[in-house]
Amino acid sequence: MAALINVPAKAKRGDIIEIRTLTSHIMETGFRHTADGALVPRDIITSFTCRYNGTEVFRADLFPAIAANPYLSFFTVVKESGKFEFEWIGDNGYSSTASASITVE
Amino acid sequence: MATTRRQFLNLAGGVTVAGTIPIVTLRPLAATPAMLSAAIRNVVGEAPIRTGKVKLDIPPLVENGNTVPMTVSVASPMTATDYVKSIHVFNEKNPQPNIGNFYLNPSSGRAQVSTRIRLADTQKVVAIARLSDDTFWQVAADVVVTLAACTEELN
Repeated sequence: MAALINVPAKAKRGDIIEIRTLTSHIMETGFRHTADGALVPRDIITSFTCRYNGTEVFRADLFPAIAANPYLSFFTVVKESGKFEFEWIGDNGYSSTASASITVE
Repeated sequence: MATTRRQFLNLAGGVTVAGTIPIVTLRPLAATPAMLSAAIRNVVGEAPIRTGKVKLDIPPLVENGNTVPMTVSVASPMTATDYVKSIHVFNEKNPQPNIGNFYLNPSSGRAQVSTRIRLADTQKVVAIARLSDDTFWQVAADVVVTLAACTEELN
């Protein structure tokens, strides 16, 4: 699935950087009905994790109240060059990953 | 062992007198509906929740409840000994009271999280932060929603 990741390409050691992520997902709430009254089954992303060189730096539990195409922005301190890995896990075995690299001087 | 009515009344009276001040600090949100309150207790347990430190940026009036931008930030130095462990966001009138749980650590650098949420009705949004010393701090914001999310029919 398509994901948009925004991580600065370069940073100074010890900088606090902002990471912004956007992934495409319907985030069906499970509370909506079709016109003939049938309940639309829930289909959401339930968990998001960001790892930096293998260490978890941010994690989120998501609920149906998170809007479609979940957007998340958070901060982290960078100490060394490396790779951020992002993982979204959801209903019906949904799983999606993305990554971004940063050079620390 | 069965409790007699007299024992129960004594107990209830004692709690009322001794518990007056704790009850006030435990429940700063006076008109909290049961579901919101239960969801908060589920995360916080019996710990007192204080008001302050947390800032919730959310528009006071939104036209479309399907995507409401929201930023929660907490006044914290984010050092190894004094940092924000987690941020929990709740709503009052959606079908489900939880919005999101966000877990931070000292290397987060800044205790701030942004996302976009759904609001089914004009209601209150509550953000609670858990600090590293296991104290809880909260803030609430009222949001007026003109087009509701979540429960509309599919076409």
